[in-house]
Amino acid sequence: MNFIFRRKRITGILTVLPANERSFLEEMKNFNFPEARSLKLKEVMGYDKRRLVKPGVCVSDLAVFGLQHLFDRGVLNRDEIDALLLVTQSPDHFIPPTSNIIQGRLGLKPDMLCLDINQACAGFVVGLIEAFLLLEQESVRKVVLINGDVLSRKTSPKDRNIYPLMGDAASLTVVERDAEDSVIHANLKMDGSRHEALMIPAGGFRLPSSPETAVLEDAGDNNLRAKDHLRMDGSAIFNFVQVEVPPLIESLLASAGASMDSVDYFLCHQPNRFMLQKLADKMKVPYAKMPSNVVEHFGNGGGATLPIAITFNLANRLRNGHCQVCVAGFGGGLAWASMLMRLGGLSCCEMIEFP
Amino acid sequence: MKALPEILKEIRPEFDFTVSSDFIADGMLDSFDLMTLVATLDKTYGISIQGTDIVPENFKNLQTIGALLRQCGVQA
Repeated sequence: MNFIFRRKRITGILTVLPANERSFLEEMKNFNFPEARSLKLKEVMGYDKRRLVKPGVCVSDLAVFGLQHLFDRGVLNRDEIDALLLVTQSPDHFIPPTSNIIQGRLGLKPDMLCLDINQACAGFVVGLIEAFLLLEQESVRKVVLINGDVLSRKTSPKDRNIYPLMGDAASLTVVERDAEDSVIHANLKMDGSRHEALMIPAGGFRLPSSPETAVLEDAGDNNLRAKDHLRMDGSAIFNFVQVEVPPLIESLLASAGASMDSVDYFLCHQPNRFMLQKLADKMKVPYAKMPSNVVEHFGNGGGATLPIAITFNLANRLRNGHCQVCVAGFGGGLAWASMLMRLGGLSCCEMIEFP
Repeated sequence: MKALPEILKEIRPEFDFTVSSDFIADGMLDSFDLMTLVATLDKTYGISIQGTDIVPENFKNLQTIGALLRQCGVQA
């Protein structure tokens, strides 16, 4: 599905990372694998440091902290937010929506839309599409898109498939109308028939959490996880990304009439370094134009990793200039989406720590 | 240049890769081992095995890995 948006732009990006840092070297003793094998994995995948919330910290805590920072710095006025979109797979509660909780905690005006969107690693692009659609309405002038997850709380420390890569994070992206005649192209695809490749089997209404769903089980690969835990079919996800993402981006550029060379940066979701470098090789994109350094510093924080890649690698450039960027997110659902836009002149492009 | 069995032995020293015809089914290589193996082969032979070729069928045994390497231009 293709989208075209006119006169819309991102005006600020803030990423919020927990101050609590963990090290792969310290954690690898938890895994049921020889140390040498884990060290090879560290080298290939780029596992090193990651940021995790402390027990009890929820997505709304990261979001409220970030929004308050934007208010205090004068980047954003609390009364000008017409819509708060929260893309998360780790809501504070089933009911009510976490975006309403954030609105209430900050005392935002009632005359606004709060909307939770359950999307995963494609969530930054999906959220931007929703934000741009809302901005077509006369009454909506400013949207704050929040991508946040604390899924480390749902991973098994004895699952080497997923535990060493998970991070917690939130990002806040301010989206509004553009006075210039700008054009943004986007496309997305979804395939629910492959939903089991990345899922938490228990805890919803299909399989409520119980003492049985909390029992650690060996899946036959030396990893121990419970049905309450996030699980990933690594091979299926890897293959999905390599097969689906390059044609998605090629199709986006063709729709926009843009060449690969016209793109300054390909900013992708950050699952691990190996996957991104293989993607870059496939697309014949130099590694310098496709950063893959988020996992090694912060871990994979779901939909927030793409904005983290932006604030971590391009902050100065985007505060003082502009770039042509192609952003691409892909993951659970399955869902994959990309967007081509001119990004820059940001009033805020910053990373902060949640204590 | 290291031979393929030697490279495999460095990744999983506990196995003899010359006697199995299906490393995946025999539990000698898991999905993360495949990524370690691909990274090592890329570095050793100066190639980049395509991501879409990183599927279990191509890593079943010495013959299938050899065929993949030849496809990448390695003189095996």
